[in-house]
Amino acid sequence: MNPQQSEPTSCDHCGLPVPQGLLDPTAEHQFCCNGCQTVYTILHTAGLENYYTVRSAVDTKSQSATTTGNSYEELDDPIFTKTWLTTNDDDTVQIELLLEGMHCAACVWLIERLPRVAPGVIESRANIRRRTVTVRYRPDDIKLSKVAQSLDRLGYAAHPARGKKAHDIRIKEDRQFLIRVAVAGAMAGNIMLLAIALYGGAFSGISESWSTTFRWYSTVLGLLVLIWPGRVFFTGAIAALRTRTAHLDIPIALALLTAGFWGTLNTIRGVGEIYFDSIAVLVFLLLVGRWIQHRQQRAASDSVELMLTLTPSSATRINDDGSTKRVPIESVESGNSLLVAAGESFPADGTITDGTTTIDNALLTGESIPITATTGDQALAGATNLSSPITLRVQAVGEHTRIGRLMNLVAQASEHKAPVVRMADAIAGYFVIIVIILALGTFAIWTIIQGPATGIEHATALLIVTCPCALGLATPMAMSVALGRSARAGMLIKSAVVLEQLSKPGTMILDKTGTLTTGSTTVADTFGDQDLLEAAAAIEKSSNHPIARAIANHFTDLPTATDITQTTAQGITGTVHNQSILVGSVDFVLRSRNLELPPNLQPKVVRLLDRALTPILVHELPSNRLALIGVGDQLRQDAKESIKALQSRNWNLQICSGDHQRIVESIASQLHIQTHQGAVTPEAKAQHIQSFKDQITTNKHPVVMVGDGVNDAAALAKADVGIAVHGGAEASLQAADVYLVKPGVTPIVELLDLARSTITTIRFCMLFSLTYNIIVASLAMAGFINALIAAIVMPISSLTVVAICTRAGKNTKPSTSPQSLEPT
Amino acid sequence: MSAILIMIPVALFLAALGIAAFIIAAKKGQFDDLDTPALRAIFDDDETPPDSKKEKNITKEDDA
Repeated sequence: MNPQQSEPTSCDHCGLPVPQGLLDPTAEHQFCCNGCQTVYTILHTAGLENYYTVRSAVDTKSQSATTTGNSYEELDDPIFTKTWLTTNDDDTVQIELLLEGMHCAACVWLIERLPRVAPGVIESRANIRRRTVTVRYRPDDIKLSKVAQSLDRLGYAAHPARGKKAHDIRIKEDRQFLIRVAVAGAMAGNIMLLAIALYGGAFSGISESWSTTFRWYSTVLGLLVLIWPGRVFFTGAIAALRTRTAHLDIPIALALLTAGFWGTLNTIRGVGEIYFDSIAVLVFLLLVGRWIQHRQQRAASDSVELMLTLTPSSATRINDDGSTKRVPIESVESGNSLLVAAGESFPADGTITDGTTTIDNALLTGESIPITATTGDQALAGATNLSSPITLRVQAVGEHTRIGRLMNLVAQASEHKAPVVRMADAIAGYFVIIVIILALGTFAIWTIIQGPATGIEHATALLIVTCPCALGLATPMAMSVALGRSARAGMLIKSAVVLEQLSKPGTMILDKTGTLTTGSTTVADTFGDQDLLEAAAAIEKSSNHPIARAIANHFTDLPTATDITQTTAQGITGTVHNQSILVGSVDFVLRSRNLELPPNLQPKVVRLLDRALTPILVHELPSNRLALIGVGDQLRQDAKESIKALQSRNWNLQICSGDHQRIVESIASQLHIQTHQGAVTPEAKAQHIQSFKDQITTNKHPVVMVGDGVNDAAALAKADVGIAVHGGAEASLQAADVYLVKPGVTPIVELLDLARSTITTIRFCMLFSLTYNIIVASLAMAGFINALIAAIVMPISSLTVVAICTRAGKNTKPSTSPQSLEPT
Repeated sequence: MSAILIMIPVALFLAALGIAAFIIAAKKGQFDDLDTPALRAIFDDDETPPDSKKEKNITKEDDA
């Protein structure tokens, strides 16, 4: 059954190589990890071996299965089920779950066969774009936690899809949009059929009665187009007029209104042009353009939504009798006792009542070095508990926590964000005025020459043919092409306006921890004999301190260490190969072993300190050998080149970090960034952005914030454009306009190039469209435009624009890699 | 030529039927997910269930 069985060293589930240590020569099947084994067993018991056939047919990239083994008991909490379950008429309930790891057709196949694995589940429908599954089940036969467990055991960790209401509203919007496009298209098609008869008749003769019949049919259909799908342009124009802002809907509505009114009048009178074929096609094309952009933006926000849901939303509560229970975050109250395991993030603000641990505040405050906390110390929601489980007495939950108050700041900043005047809308403002002046002029001149009837006819023709349809299509089409390209390149852009704003260089404020640096403690440099370093790592392995874990994880093939004793946060001793080894901070090691730092190591220690790294000394007795390890939060590999590339694009760069001034200084000097600030609180960061925006409102250069943590969220929301880098916190994802899926800083450079190229394309389209409008306007003023010419020329200009727009953002690739990454 | 007098209303009536069908389909959610059904179709028939409780799950649309 299994295609991979003949190869003994590849995993029987995922086909990836099995690590040496996990090879079990006695077993019939080999697995690379526990997850794969679980899934394999389930598939075979349920008779779903076909999964492997399906998977080899779709030829997808192998992924080893990750099963979390969670019990999901928090999903059975009554508060939770009441909020998230929908009950159907036939006593079944359904829920939408977001799944990690769903990526191909084989996944869809497997997930939709959930009823086989979990009896009681009636139906399971996957949605690959949103990575969700809608499960319908009988609550009497199976619990929700069991459903989630079953999905988990198949390798797809499940999360409840929060924000379902908002999603339902959006789905309704999408459907309305699609219906409008379809109606406009169907009507435009029928009107065109009638128009062919009319134009044919105009050339080769048509009886009066037929021509009148066709004109009446066209009028009825044309008016339907205007008041049903075309209504959006009128409501848009009215809204813009009410707020006194320029918007492209105004000239469009003006043209549609004139054409509709004049066409109807001419039909009743029985003479003159009716134009309904042109405006029906125009409404259709404009709606298609907007729908495509809408879809593209939706895809980006769906992906962000998935990542938001992946953050934990449950806590372990300790009951009065000492038992523990997993509960959803909604039912945690102030005064409760919570158990926070090592590796978990704190679900609420509170005081530690039992245990000692190290806390990573990097996302919350930007401090790169974890702090030690013990009974009586404060812990903040959103920070990560690194080393050992502790008990927390809850003092504040939800929006009363520090992070909650920060999120309020974020919400405020997003609300007060000034609307951006888009290029097309800015042009539209002038456009309306010019067209109206021209129309009045045309009317006046022709009235003098041939009387008011001709005057009105030529003036209306002018208003109709100058309808900026190409202008209206240029931005949405080019933007959606660019958004699609950026999504494939790993940049999720929530709002297309961002591309317009990023096309000009401005000020970019960068966070340090997690943005320019990796955000985690790792070994950066080592000096000394390899076997001594490995011995040190073997000793550090038994400590939970973040620095110790970094050292232990850096080396493989560790020897056995015995007699380990730890002096809290200072050093640790142990015996390896009968040698007594001490590992610890430089001062501590020198002091306890009565040593002087040898001259060859002194400059190395200084260099490590310059790089903002923590030097760790290793000493071995009796051989008296020394080794040095530099540990810390390192610069990302691509940081230097990317910063150089940004500077060469005339961006003004600054570092603004919550970390200690000394560390920020060292990072800034390594990157050659002149302006930098350390020890900045999250609130001050947002203030900083605001003061910058105030300074440079005069010229239109954007203020961009790049960050990853909760401490950056308010600043991200406040900035003209907020960019959240890979691995960022939930809060920063919500606040940012752009989310980078790929790690590192290089995507920012790509983003800027994409923005510039997109705007160039849009400008070109607008230039084309305006030139076209000038030509037809002069023809109309001269009295040469009739309905047939309008019907031919108007769609052609629109289609040309669409063709040009498919090139948006295309020439970014060659310009980024060779040019930007080379030293200038 | 008088056939056209009948044919145009008939044609428009058919077009109206088409639009109505589309609107009903859209409101039922047929166009909400345009990616998954394509993948679903590839494998629907390849199934060889070892047990008899095979269920065909193609009846319900997600419009919850």
